[in-house]
Amino acid sequence: MTTVSDTVRAPARRLRVLRRPRATTGFWSWFTTIDHKKIGIMYGTTALAFFVIGGVEALLLRLQLAGPNGTLLTAAQYNELFTMHGTTMVFLMGMPLAVAFGNYLIPLQIGARDVAFPRLNAFGYWGFLMGGLFIYSSFFIGGSAPNGGWFGYTPLTSTPLGRGFLPGHGPDFWAVGLIILGIASTTSAINFIVTILNLRAPGMTFMRMPVFTWMMLVVAFLTLFAMPIITAALIMVYFDRNFGTNFFQPANGGDPLLYQHLFWLFGHPEVYILILPGMGIVSEILPVFSRKPLFGYPVVVFSGIAIGFIGWGVWVHHMFATGLGPVAISAFALSTMIIAVPTGVKIFNWLATVWRGAVQLRTAMLFALGFIAMFTLGGLSGVLHSVVPADTQQTDTYFVVAHFHYVLFGGLVFGIFGGFYYWFPKLYGRFLNERLGKVNFWTMLIGFNLTFFPMHFLGLLGMPRRTYRYDTGLGWDFLNQLETIGAFVIAFSVLVFIVNVFVSRRRGQVTGNDPWDARTLEWTTPSPPPMYNFAEIPHVEARDDLWHRKYTEDETGHAVRIPSGAAVAVEERPAGGGGDDEHGGEDHGEGHGVHMPSPSYFPFILALGLPILGYAAVFHALWLVPIGGLIVAFGLYAWGIEPQTEP
Amino acid sequence: MDQVAIPPGHEVAEHGHETPTTGTGVSNTKLAMWLFLSSDCLFFGAFISAYLFYRGRPQPGPHPVDVYNIPFTSVTSFILLMSSLTMVLALAACQRGEMRRFRIWILATALFGATFIGGQIFEFTEFTRQGLNLDTNLFGSSFFVLTGLHGAHVTAGIVWLMSLWGLAMQGRIGQADSERVEVAGLYWHFVDVVWIVIFTVIYLIPK
Repeated sequence: MTTVSDTVRAPARRLRVLRRPRATTGFWSWFTTIDHKKIGIMYGTTALAFFVIGGVEALLLRLQLAGPNGTLLTAAQYNELFTMHGTTMVFLMGMPLAVAFGNYLIPLQIGARDVAFPRLNAFGYWGFLMGGLFIYSSFFIGGSAPNGGWFGYTPLTSTPLGRGFLPGHGPDFWAVGLIILGIASTTSAINFIVTILNLRAPGMTFMRMPVFTWMMLVVAFLTLFAMPIITAALIMVYFDRNFGTNFFQPANGGDPLLYQHLFWLFGHPEVYILILPGMGIVSEILPVFSRKPLFGYPVVVFSGIAIGFIGWGVWVHHMFATGLGPVAISAFALSTMIIAVPTGVKIFNWLATVWRGAVQLRTAMLFALGFIAMFTLGGLSGVLHSVVPADTQQTDTYFVVAHFHYVLFGGLVFGIFGGFYYWFPKLYGRFLNERLGKVNFWTMLIGFNLTFFPMHFLGLLGMPRRTYRYDTGLGWDFLNQLETIGAFVIAFSVLVFIVNVFVSRRRGQVTGNDPWDARTLEWTTPSPPPMYNFAEIPHVEARDDLWHRKYTEDETGHAVRIPSGAAVAVEERPAGGGGDDEHGGEDHGEGHGVHMPSPSYFPFILALGLPILGYAAVFHALWLVPIGGLIVAFGLYAWGIEPQTEP
Repeated sequence: MDQVAIPPGHEVAEHGHETPTTGTGVSNTKLAMWLFLSSDCLFFGAFISAYLFYRGRPQPGPHPVDVYNIPFTSVTSFILLMSSLTMVLALAACQRGEMRRFRIWILATALFGATFIGGQIFEFTEFTRQGLNLDTNLFGSSFFVLTGLHGAHVTAGIVWLMSLWGLAMQGRIGQADSERVEVAGLYWHFVDVVWIVIFTVIYLIPK
């Protein structure tokens, strides 16, 4: 065993010579960075790339369905594309985009210099990227991409290769790839929780925390407890396919319902993992552009927590059609109605925030308002599903597709785009172009409704999901045509956004620290923030602390700006007593200098080993096991021995 | 690097001992380990549920009563439990700075763990000899995957403990690093506790 340490010691020391370039810029720095802001940008860029890929898949699906008896795709290709569309949008777009915002903003919002585990943070990103590339590589080397739906119902997915109905290694790639992504998102969840619980600036009590950070805390707990359940289910699927176990094989007594329970016990919290970050973003945007504080902050926070709890008790509403008996179904119908309550409460809080505010209709605000409207529609069609007879009628029809796209596109995506417009000036020091932004918003709103609203009708007219073509004369032709047009309007809208980003990064209007006259701590830092975020750790005295630094109330209760001469300029405001004692890092006796953690190769190396082991698992390639195993072992040991900060 | 000429603020710290005061009073590393273990609870929970879900379904044999050797498994389980005791002693020795004693106890912990794994390998071989395999029946599937994954956890723990031992042999771990030992200990105790649950639920409670 001493040999292990000996062998590890040498390369670690050697690499340390390679490492520590003084520059934190340039191409290679992206591989070694542990700066939460850079990692946030990497998450965001990668997730947007997957958003475009998943969107192209959706366009192909819509082209196939544009008219009756479409001939663009074969049935097998259609299966691959709708499976990958769902898998991409949930695991490679939705979750990582939320993590991107969380990564960039949480430390800034709570007044910290970085996350609690910078290297683990980098590993989370690389694991996400490797997992995504691993799943997508199945298009080229797997014989087939995943083709059993993003939910991967058994026994369809779990029947061994050659005996089942699904050709190729698709389900293997799907199961193993999602396990890799699960590892990555679990590490980032742990990181977020520890960061939020432990690294808050002095005075940043829980009830002063920005709502976005609050929602990310809830999301991190949901991720932490949901991922292991699907990981277990995926391991069972993998074993069924590859080692002949019978977990989900009805022929040998296995019960596919067990899979559905495990999957939806993960899958429903997953829905809230996707939507709560959007709710958090909107709760940041609305008050700023309404010039009012968030209405009922504690209620917004507690309803978010309530959603986090109740979200664990509603999974069976995905299984109403499986015949579980009246008692179970009634109980879950009730819990499904109950979870609509905290969600409705939030909607009223947002409306009351905007009510009689001095509303400024900037693009970010438009997206936030669009979020409220579209998400409410999705919520309404969702609560219909708690009515079991209606749900039984609508199961597996386009009505369900309409519902969850209103929640996840109308909710999550609108919220995320609002977030882009709101925080872009912080990231790059320039505004996104407002004119293009308005085009972006309106085309997205129109295209979105054109695509998804007719799906309600198609569902009620009986059009089933996941069919690759339909006959003419069923009354579906016109609505399907409309939806395909709508899908291309959305694509145009996303294109406008991408153009806007490239144009505005170079030529956008330059901003200061606080372009929106906002309320939260990230706006006290320069745009873009320096590596260490805060020269002095802020001392928080109130909820919406920045607002209270800028404004005071007159006798009538109206906000009055503190005269700029009297105002303590944001950066120069004293850190306040206790700031340094509270978090008391070591004072190295040098008098000054913030030790930031140094870049590291090892998160990247460790993540590199995961897909190699994944290929070994999919193709039973034993010779890959030592290669992947050695890379993982090297990454782990070198990481463990490497000091976080170079002395 | 990244020396920035600004006054000292709080440190971003990956190891708890660098930040004695945190928001919760628990060091970052320890809190992270607790969170990981809470997540792992659900991982094992899913497999234990699957085992219980299928227990007693009419299936071709062998059945649990045919293969379980409860006295033997009780002995190996006892040895695993005792390894928690030696783990506590190892941590205590490290905290007191008695590094020689630490090395002995940490080695003993790893050896007890290895004994347990040896017992599990023997048990698996014996079951296979009696005709129980992964694909024989639902019992075989759910039993081997559950206990096998637990065995994998124990094995990872043994590698971790031996790494600590190796570092201690080189003098790279001292009194100041006791938290690294403590975190490994948290993991080790968790693996033991999970085994108590598995042993009770799948071996001892008759169907």
